[in-house]
Amino acid sequence: MLATIIQNLINALQWGSFYALIALGYTLVYGVLTLINFAHGDIFMVGAYIAFFVATFCLATIGLPGWAALIVTIPLTMILTSMVGVAIERIAYRPLRRKGAHRLYVVITALMCGLILEHGNLALLGASRKAFPSLINEQVFTVGGVTFTNLKIAVIASAILVFVLLQWIVTKTRVGMAMRAIAYDKFAVPLMGIPMDNIIVATFILGSSMAGLAGILFAMSYPILEPYMGALIGWKAFIAAVVGGIGDIRGAFLGGFLLGAVEILVVAFFPSTLRDLIAFTVLLVILAFRPTGLFGIAKTTKI
Amino acid sequence: MKNIARIICMGLTLFWATAGLAADTIKIGFNIPMTGDIPKVGESSKLAAEMLKEEINAHGGLDVGGKKYQLEFIYEDNEAKAESAVTTALKLIEKDEVLAIIGPNSSKQAVPAGQVCDDNQTVMVSPWSTNPDTTLDRPWVFRAAFLDPFQGPVAVNFAVKTFKAETAAVLYDLSNDYSKGLAEIFKAEFEKKMGPGTVLAFESHGTKDQDFSAQLTKIIATKPDFIFVPDNYNQVALIVKQARQLGYKGEFMGSDAWGSAELMTLCGDDCKGLHFSTHYAAAGATGPTKEFIDRYNAKYGYIPDDVAALTWDATRIVLQGIQNTGKLTGKLRRDRKAVRDGMTEITSFAGITGDMKFDEQGDPVKCAVVVQISQTGAFEFKESVCP
Repeated sequence: MLATIIQNLINALQWGSFYALIALGYTLVYGVLTLINFAHGDIFMVGAYIAFFVATFCLATIGLPGWAALIVTIPLTMILTSMVGVAIERIAYRPLRRKGAHRLYVVITALMCGLILEHGNLALLGASRKAFPSLINEQVFTVGGVTFTNLKIAVIASAILVFVLLQWIVTKTRVGMAMRAIAYDKFAVPLMGIPMDNIIVATFILGSSMAGLAGILFAMSYPILEPYMGALIGWKAFIAAVVGGIGDIRGAFLGGFLLGAVEILVVAFFPSTLRDLIAFTVLLVILAFRPTGLFGIAKTTKI
Repeated sequence: MKNIARIICMGLTLFWATAGLAADTIKIGFNIPMTGDIPKVGESSKLAAEMLKEEINAHGGLDVGGKKYQLEFIYEDNEAKAESAVTTALKLIEKDEVLAIIGPNSSKQAVPAGQVCDDNQTVMVSPWSTNPDTTLDRPWVFRAAFLDPFQGPVAVNFAVKTFKAETAAVLYDLSNDYSKGLAEIFKAEFEKKMGPGTVLAFESHGTKDQDFSAQLTKIIATKPDFIFVPDNYNQVALIVKQARQLGYKGEFMGSDAWGSAELMTLCGDDCKGLHFSTHYAAAGATGPTKEFIDRYNAKYGYIPDDVAALTWDATRIVLQGIQNTGKLTGKLRRDRKAVRDGMTEITSFAGITGDMKFDEQGDPVKCAVVVQISQTGAFEFKESVCP
């Protein structure tokens, strides 16, 4: 019984890691711009595809061994994915911000960007799925009835590492301070000589590179890629960010793991047909008691 | 001005010429998934149909009552969605004015699309759908595949005999008519044979799911002799991999939705040695089946999967039905009715997926095979089961 519980906890931590990594991107952008970047789930998908191409290139064309290919793939994918995120900001969001468009229009633009990424991929690469090459030798360990792989541990460890890193950036560095300042009052910030656009670009770089990292880890864990893979997980990660309290990094992290745990544990102890029903009822109850999420602070809009 | 008039004149002549030709063509619609969850299924269908069309058109066309007709196949994408399959069927019936429709392939789309075709009095033949509801009480709907009430017991008997299994577990896709229906038939049949409670776990997942660790943990904890997975090939690849990562070393039994040419590129080594029930085995085929496989392989560069073979059969059944009408009038409603009557006249048919006889529901009575995935990734014949 104990082994089953620990097994389920490991499963939940792994699955929650992906939600947490994606939710971090939502929450960063929301915290700074109060913009719900609905394209984020699809940026995650693009990250997985970039990882696929980089990894295949390293393995097949250059002929690197798997571990070396992985070392090249991780930073390269994160850089390329953050470029996609920044490009979307430059092309779609910044012009609207310059014109002072209402937030609603920017959110709709984000939704459209996501759809463009999905269908652009479909048009470019076709509908057939891509099988992600295996980069590391997956080893299965069994300790006292609990089974895990080196990859699972790596996924959980990276999610925690990323959280610590982001928390440090936001609370301890100058860029992080500027990000928090914009969130606090975006009219006063330019008056203080802080280059707002640069800080926003930095936010998108951070958020999208996390999505890229999530893309690599996801593709390694579930090695089948398709254009719509980011849609559902993106929506759910957004829900996780809201439940955690959108705009707060601890909230996104915890919300991601909470959603992962709820989904896995519901299946573990109830019939699996009821999974989403029970999982989202639980989240609804949490929001009913804390409408701003676990870590959220109620804000009033000033006119 | 003169030039413009001449161009218009030429255009008109061309228009009349094509319109004249159109009278001698037979249009058949294909309602197939070219994008979505199972794009390889649509591709196989399309390629097989193209091969058949080229062959017949190269010989002057289809002979109906002494008159030769050129074939025109219209391929429409149903995105592997039930609602798109319905609109696609309507488009083929009303806008493209096809004589008959092949597809949809999966039961998830074939069950709702069958209703539309039946209501609009157009013959529909599903190549791959195995759910009984597709043709049930629908005189205009036919199929080329066997049914799940037949396939379920095949899987049960094979597993009991080959794996010496006394217990089983099932993991299926809740939102897929095919998967859910077959899972329920399997459970009922297995418990009838081995006693109540021998299906130790009966777990489900959603179509878009990628993580099955919770369900598999639950299944593995019950220690079943094998896991029955009536799922599409894309999910099979993930399920088998994750089960192995959770330390499961036992057997899997699959169903005909495994049998796509893409299964092995997605699944790799993990799927080698596993068994599934299907419509035909490409490895070791003889006669017309072998001829079809060789031609397909030469033309497109890979071994055709069961969908390709079934589409070939389904299309030939429809063409046989059209030939049975004896004469086409050119009036769509009357011709469609004639094709339906022509279809019911077919009592037995020698297909490349085996000989079939048709019952009063429009369902074929034919044999199923169980194949094993070999170490090279080929689907090797293990056993044939006939009704």
